[in-house]
Amino acid sequence: MRSPYTMKDIKLPEIALVVLVGPSSSGKSTFARKYFKPTEIISSDFCRALVSDDENDLDATKDAFDVLHFLAAKRLKRGKLTVIDALNIRKEDRAKLVQLAKDNYALAAAIVLETPIKTAFERHAGRTDRNFGKAVLEKQFDSYKRSLKSIKHEGFGYTYFVDTSEEQTIVRQPLWNNKKEEHGPFDIIGDVHGCFEELNELLQTLGYLVEKLPDGHYHVQHPENRKLIFLGDLVDRGPDSPEVLRLVMDAVKVGKALCIRGNHDDKLQKYLLGKDVNLAHGLEKTVQQLTNANKEFKVELKAFLDSLIAHYVLDNGNLVVAHGGLPEEMHGRAAAAVRAFCLYGETTGEIDEFGLPVRYNWAKNYRGKATVVYGHTPVPTVEWLNNTVNIDNGCVFGGKLTALRYPERETISVSAKKVYEEPVRPLLPEEPTQALSAQQQQDDLLDISIIKDKYLVETGFGNRVIIREENAVAALEVMSRFAVDPKWLIYLPPTMSPPETSPLPNFLEHPQEVFQYFRKNGVNEVICEEKHMGSRAIAIVCQDPEVAVTRFGMQQPAPGIMYTRTGRRFFDNPEHEQLFLAEIHRALTASGFWEQFHTDWVCLDGELLPWSSKAKALIINQYAAVGTSALNGLAQTETALTKALARGIPVEDLLHETVAREKAIADYVTAYRNYCQETNGIAGLVFAPFHILATEGKIYKDQLHTWHLEQLKNICAFNQVFLLSTNNLLVDLNDEASVKEGINWWLEMTEKGGEGMVVKPLEFIPTNKGRIMQPAMKCRGSEYLRIVYGPEYDLGENLPTLKQRSVKMKREIALQEFTLGLESLERFVKKEPLRRVHECVFGVLALESEAVDPRL
Amino acid sequence: MILEITTTYQPATDLGYLLHKHPDKLQTVALSTGKAHIFYPEASPEICTACLMLDINPVELVRSRKSPSPTLQEHYVNDRPYTSNSFLSSAITKAFGSALNGKCNARPELVDTPMPFTVKLASLKADGGPELLEKLFGPLGYATQFEQLPLDERFPGWGLSKYVNLELRHTLPLKALLSHLYVLIPVLDNDKHFWISRNDIEILLQKGQGWLEDHPEKEWITRRYFKNLRRYSNEALLRLAGEEALAPEEPENAVTLNLHQQRLQKAFELLKASGAGSVLDLGCGEGKLLKLLLQDGQFKKLTGMDVSFSSLQKAKENLHLSDAAPALRERLSLFQGSVTYQDERLSGYDALAMVEVIEHLDEERLPAMEKVVFGLASPPTIVLSTPNAEYNVIYQKLQAEDFRHEDHRFEWSRPEFRNWCEKVGEQYGYRVSISPVGPEEPEVGAPSQIAVFTKK
Repeated sequence: MRSPYTMKDIKLPEIALVVLVGPSSSGKSTFARKYFKPTEIISSDFCRALVSDDENDLDATKDAFDVLHFLAAKRLKRGKLTVIDALNIRKEDRAKLVQLAKDNYALAAAIVLETPIKTAFERHAGRTDRNFGKAVLEKQFDSYKRSLKSIKHEGFGYTYFVDTSEEQTIVRQPLWNNKKEEHGPFDIIGDVHGCFEELNELLQTLGYLVEKLPDGHYHVQHPENRKLIFLGDLVDRGPDSPEVLRLVMDAVKVGKALCIRGNHDDKLQKYLLGKDVNLAHGLEKTVQQLTNANKEFKVELKAFLDSLIAHYVLDNGNLVVAHGGLPEEMHGRAAAAVRAFCLYGETTGEIDEFGLPVRYNWAKNYRGKATVVYGHTPVPTVEWLNNTVNIDNGCVFGGKLTALRYPERETISVSAKKVYEEPVRPLLPEEPTQALSAQQQQDDLLDISIIKDKYLVETGFGNRVIIREENAVAALEVMSRFAVDPKWLIYLPPTMSPPETSPLPNFLEHPQEVFQYFRKNGVNEVICEEKHMGSRAIAIVCQDPEVAVTRFGMQQPAPGIMYTRTGRRFFDNPEHEQLFLAEIHRALTASGFWEQFHTDWVCLDGELLPWSSKAKALIINQYAAVGTSALNGLAQTETALTKALARGIPVEDLLHETVAREKAIADYVTAYRNYCQETNGIAGLVFAPFHILATEGKIYKDQLHTWHLEQLKNICAFNQVFLLSTNNLLVDLNDEASVKEGINWWLEMTEKGGEGMVVKPLEFIPTNKGRIMQPAMKCRGSEYLRIVYGPEYDLGENLPTLKQRSVKMKREIALQEFTLGLESLERFVKKEPLRRVHECVFGVLALESEAVDPRL
Repeated sequence: MILEITTTYQPATDLGYLLHKHPDKLQTVALSTGKAHIFYPEASPEICTACLMLDINPVELVRSRKSPSPTLQEHYVNDRPYTSNSFLSSAITKAFGSALNGKCNARPELVDTPMPFTVKLASLKADGGPELLEKLFGPLGYATQFEQLPLDERFPGWGLSKYVNLELRHTLPLKALLSHLYVLIPVLDNDKHFWISRNDIEILLQKGQGWLEDHPEKEWITRRYFKNLRRYSNEALLRLAGEEALAPEEPENAVTLNLHQQRLQKAFELLKASGAGSVLDLGCGEGKLLKLLLQDGQFKKLTGMDVSFSSLQKAKENLHLSDAAPALRERLSLFQGSVTYQDERLSGYDALAMVEVIEHLDEERLPAMEKVVFGLASPPTIVLSTPNAEYNVIYQKLQAEDFRHEDHRFEWSRPEFRNWCEKVGEQYGYRVSISPVGPEEPEVGAPSQIAVFTKK
């Protein structure tokens, strides 16, 4: 058979569903193996074998094709070229595959193998793995030939007829929309609609040099070599579409600008091609303005419009520009549905009271990584939603012409000189401006899908944290039942590891091992901070209660919040919370904090003392109960033993043990009593902050711990009743005397009943050879450990037993939580959607439910 | 941690024969964890005291445990090595086994001889108040005396602890004394720490033989012995009453319906009346409402959601979901979720039920729940109940254990509930009708209140 369509090169788009067509024994599998990767090929025989262990089991055909479609859909969804090795000789079979490609926004290509029936018969006769007769093969050839007539009109973007006896060359072509190698910086400009004057002014404002050459052409150049991106709709409605076109075409031609297609540009092209279009919606103005244009311009214009692509994927996939916006699954795809979305945005078919299509807000559901910049629907102000932004501010309707600077994410606008056209729908919203931004309104509720199953958080500190489903299960309960409104939860503190156990006979923990850990990790100097005998507390303080609404998206103004390490409100009594926050606020204000840090809120990390204020129930029910029952029981035992000993019964050893246990219990009682101070309302409570975590637009991870403590000391000085600065000591790990001093400092504190100390390298995020290490390590005092390991932990063989513990898991979790915590703050200050913050915070809670020895 | 048994029976040293422990020796027996020592601080013909000293190493106790306890701090800082409750029964069996079983080969006549005894127990945990001691030991003829320990003398404000030094006096055979202690001492401690098995029923019946049947507190003792595990305690009670155990499940009829069941019954009726074919039970807990709904063919699709994974596990067991037939699995499913998160799985039902759920949410989180349930899931019918705070005065007359759930974040009076219902109904377009659940008392109303929201 001779085909008129045979070509040398087989060109295929990089994302495509390639359908091989040909009867049995026409050489499809051989062809596929020769030109495609094994993983790219899905063969019906293979799928039949997968479900039935038999390639020829015709009973299994339906299930086999279910598998084939499923696999193909998964691959296409991931943007992978996929080859279908099946007969595909019937039109209806191919139609299903074309639909599959469409559903997954991929192009379909057909490769028809033209093998003479004689060759097929010969091959068939030589095969032992095919159990059907010649008649079947003949029938296949008939349907094959019949279908060849229609194949060009079945929706395949590409159709090739291939003589398998000839060598072929397959060329994979990148899609036109793929401009991932362009990194900017860009200035992205919304719908111009012929507003030349405003465009010119905006370009000047952005720093472009715009020069009109004597021949009418433009020369556009930015001193820092920035590039322009036009979001389409250059024409219609406005006063001077030809001039806008002139400028954009010239800039695009020399690579100073990119331009995507808008629906108005598309319509203009149709008009210029002589198609029947309705001269309305501003096109009539453009047509009018073009009457005087010379022929050369029109030819150039036609070529320009023809070249316009519906969307671009830029900057390694981090930026997508499309006139009407674009959901994630369509990024980088070429399909009719993708093009339609780009041009017209998403519509439901509904019409509003102005007769305009109701826009379905795809951005609400957008969860992609790429920033999507779009226009098309005029909006009064620029508002980010889920990493998407519409910058069409309706210049032609008397609004503004707006540019977005990327990667800076700043917008610059110029106002329209006049209303060139009355908008059908009023540009300004009728309802009063909402206190909450669109993002905050959407963030009012978090969707459970973000945390329901196992998920991954990329932390931007070089690690990714996996949150496992079993941990999320526990965290969901805690988060739902006990935690404060997620809008306040911008951070949860990480857990902290103790050192390896001490080889010294009387110590479970000792600073020696802490210092050794950091020395081994290349740290020269550490800061030892007194470990406060309180509960970890996060304080968010607003300069003005309104900030709770405007910045945090709360429904009601509030002075801030204090919450625990698991996200529970610290104070049961709201009045106490307000009073205490007022005390912190007073010190911040008096110290000039708001001005110094250019902020109207702050998030502080610290301890709230005494411990009994939060843990009173635990102390009474657990610690005091054990103390009193043990002291009494042991005392009575001692009495009985003493009497028995007097009778000559050999109970000396028992008596000695009992007395030693009594002493241990007494020490334990002393230890827990150190944590108990009566408080009355907020009187007696003290907050000891040690990190300034974040203020507006900024987190303080680059500042040394010495900086944090110094700043905080200054603030604490302004309220010495309710705030406490943290005692600390710098230790030079290479100086034996300094290390000795550190150890003595710890001994002194802990012998007096202190909890111990926290040792940190000076850097907030300490690294060794590029790897992040434990940012802090606690070293707890021997007396305090009685509360943790039991009153008698240091008696007899108990200490050696208890020294068998491993801190490895604890350290891994500590690091993961630490990076998650910083990531959540980072995301919050960057004003990312709440779900992005929440997945980090939720992750910390989930990791805390990991089964790690709770005494570590 | 120490039990002292003193007798003035003449000769008092006969106690040594009865206990099979020589008065002049220190003897030690091994327990499953730790040891018990037996020694005599005094042993003369006039007066003889035997001591059973528990020697439990708290660190070993934790390390030797097979399954890790879920509660955190409890591990090492624990009262168990120091109280006289948890390990005393097993120590009595190990150390005084023959005496407990009434065996004394050397002096068989002593076994049934009543002797004057004084028993001292140091640091005995008495959960439920020391007055319980009199209630438990009084009917058996003991004179009781106790001293309650302060929690911490440095902090008198903390009050008294649950621990007492108890002294009991009575004249009775040693065998009876030991069996009383064997059963009643662990019962006093609500945190009983050994695994409860069907075998324990036999033990209780055996040790309680001859006295527990007639004890006025036998129901409470049995219940507590099985740590309020109804199934076992009912069986044990029935057997104490001389009957063979029947089906472990309680028959449900109008008389035995307790408040919770009445509430579920009411919710069931309201859901039934709404005509709903599919119901989602939000906060389904252990699946009691679902179980009720399952029995009615009107409900073609039933789903339970709870935030607690462990509750769901129990629901799965109670509803026998894992081995259910496909038809049932199609009809009934469970999933973990939270009413404070938007969740597409909540959509598409004819009715949602929230029985005694909202009071477990912080009041400030209610708007989120309202949006999720009324605004987004927005089913035709919502049946929602919550306790009536006004009724609590009636509860205060009841026993401590019957108090309302300690996790309640708020409890509303009838007007408060009505206001909230009307506000939510107004906001989300629902008509609401409220009815009481349980016996109504003058002034305060019924213990619970249930609302039906119908979409306008």
